[in-house]
Amino acid sequence: MTVDNDLEGQIAEWRAYMHRRRELHHTDADELEDHLRSRITELTEAGLRPDESFLIAVKRMGSLDELSREFAREHSERLWKQLVLPGEPDAPTAARSRRELAVMVLCAAVAALAIKVPALFGLDLSQDGSFYARNASLFALPALAAYFAWQRRVGLRVIGALAVLFVLGAVAANAYPLADDSQTVVLTAIHLPIALWLVVGVAYAGGDWRSDRRRMDFIRFTGEWLIYFVLIGLGGGVLTAFTVNAFGAIGLDAEGFIQSWLLPCGAVAAVIVAAWLVEAKQSVIENMAPVLTRVFTPLFTATLLTFLVAIIWTTSGIDVERDALILFDLLLVIVLGMLLYAISARDLTARPGLFDRLQLALVVSALVIDVLVLAAITGRITEWGFSPNKTAALGENLVLLTNLVWSAWLYLGFVRGRMPFARLERWQTRYVVVYAAWAWAVVLAFPPLFDFA
Amino acid sequence: MHITKDLVAASATPLVLGILAEGESYGYAILKQVNDLSGGQLEWTDGLLYPLLHRLERLGHVESAWETPQGGRRRKYYRITDQGRAELAEQRRQWAAVVDALRGVWSTTPSIRPTPAPAWGAGL
Repeated sequence: MTVDNDLEGQIAEWRAYMHRRRELHHTDADELEDHLRSRITELTEAGLRPDESFLIAVKRMGSLDELSREFAREHSERLWKQLVLPGEPDAPTAARSRRELAVMVLCAAVAALAIKVPALFGLDLSQDGSFYARNASLFALPALAAYFAWQRRVGLRVIGALAVLFVLGAVAANAYPLADDSQTVVLTAIHLPIALWLVVGVAYAGGDWRSDRRRMDFIRFTGEWLIYFVLIGLGGGVLTAFTVNAFGAIGLDAEGFIQSWLLPCGAVAAVIVAAWLVEAKQSVIENMAPVLTRVFTPLFTATLLTFLVAIIWTTSGIDVERDALILFDLLLVIVLGMLLYAISARDLTARPGLFDRLQLALVVSALVIDVLVLAAITGRITEWGFSPNKTAALGENLVLLTNLVWSAWLYLGFVRGRMPFARLERWQTRYVVVYAAWAWAVVLAFPPLFDFA
Repeated sequence: MHITKDLVAASATPLVLGILAEGESYGYAILKQVNDLSGGQLEWTDGLLYPLLHRLERLGHVESAWETPQGGRRRKYYRITDQGRAELAEQRRQWAAVVDALRGVWSTTPSIRPTPAPAWGAGL
């Protein structure tokens, strides 16, 4: 077979075109390339020059659009990218993903067993709820961190740091003499998972947690993970309902098994499985968090603006009950989340567009509402005194408010064309440290500060 | 002469199965054989043979394997299954019925004759 370099180059280019089509798998491209080469050989043997043969062979192959349409019709599942493992991957990737699958299953099993270990020491899930609430994140997240530590092949120093942080979390959750019904127990149960999740982020970044890119990756990962986790949870709900009713139909009570095994073990295992799915599907499925952000940003903006108009119209102050602060904390979290996932999917070099203005409007309206709430609340906070709950809620509000105020300022600069978008991204990735500091402060410092109230 | 797309599509499955019934083969060889058998009149777009082969494989009429012949390129070979043979027999019965019916039409209506005029053929 005599083919010159020119021809090889042309064939490589043709293959590159094929690769851009999701409908065409690697092996299909192999098969078609074999065909193309056979045709070229035949034509050159008939006396044509290689480049002429190439042109005719490509032409006879049919247009790529038509070809991928036919392949898509035959392999419609490919557009959905079948879950778990790809059909016929290259040998090394296949071996690696099989190993990853095995390690993931191992980590999930460890997490699932870990949550049953306290039961051996007489701590019952239904009676010692406070213990499980404080420690929930300590069952699943170390296994998740271990999975990433293995996958990223992190060094011993990082592993040591991770271990120290997890031990610190465990000590904070269990060493303080907290009453089961105290406010600080609830605060620990909420903040320890956040603190430890960011520790997982260190493992996720392979120890390179100072890097802005790695932090952004972790933010993306968090969003996708949450979506997968919710989806798995929905599936688990169907499974649970089916189990209860199917066994109920034959007179067996499965609820005990479900409450003490299926739910807790399934939930912690799902943490690992969801993380693995995000990793395995990273390049395959369109990231969902940015898509949801796109859908909900206009809706939330409209709601918030209407709410603002309603406040002004009715001239009624916001009813500052205790729960109000938490509600508006959540609002800020949602707005921040939308901002983050809009940023995470944005092409940094693109010019500001309508969506950016919408995003800015969303952030600004949330800020105005929050300032109104804070103004109403500070007047009365002295009346109530500083309980742990109120301090935490107020602190969170300030942490988020600071982030959003500066974000709004940077966003405004970007929309007016005075600042590059990357500044906003960098601000967000740098700010992650503040969340970590705050979460650890609540977990470590709040109980002694408030006399374990 | 140009054979319409529908006819090409309808005859593709029995042709491919028939060729594979004689022995295992690969895409390019199948296509050459179709070309030879039809005297060059049945023109397929090369690439479109492969989705068809994949469909037959999914339906279980053929099976495939990557093989590397001595000193050659890695190639995907297709081979007919028992189910494929049954399908071929069934297709053959159906085609025989169609051909019989058409033959009847041609003989009872002598006004329809294949016209040799080139202007006609090109127009179709």
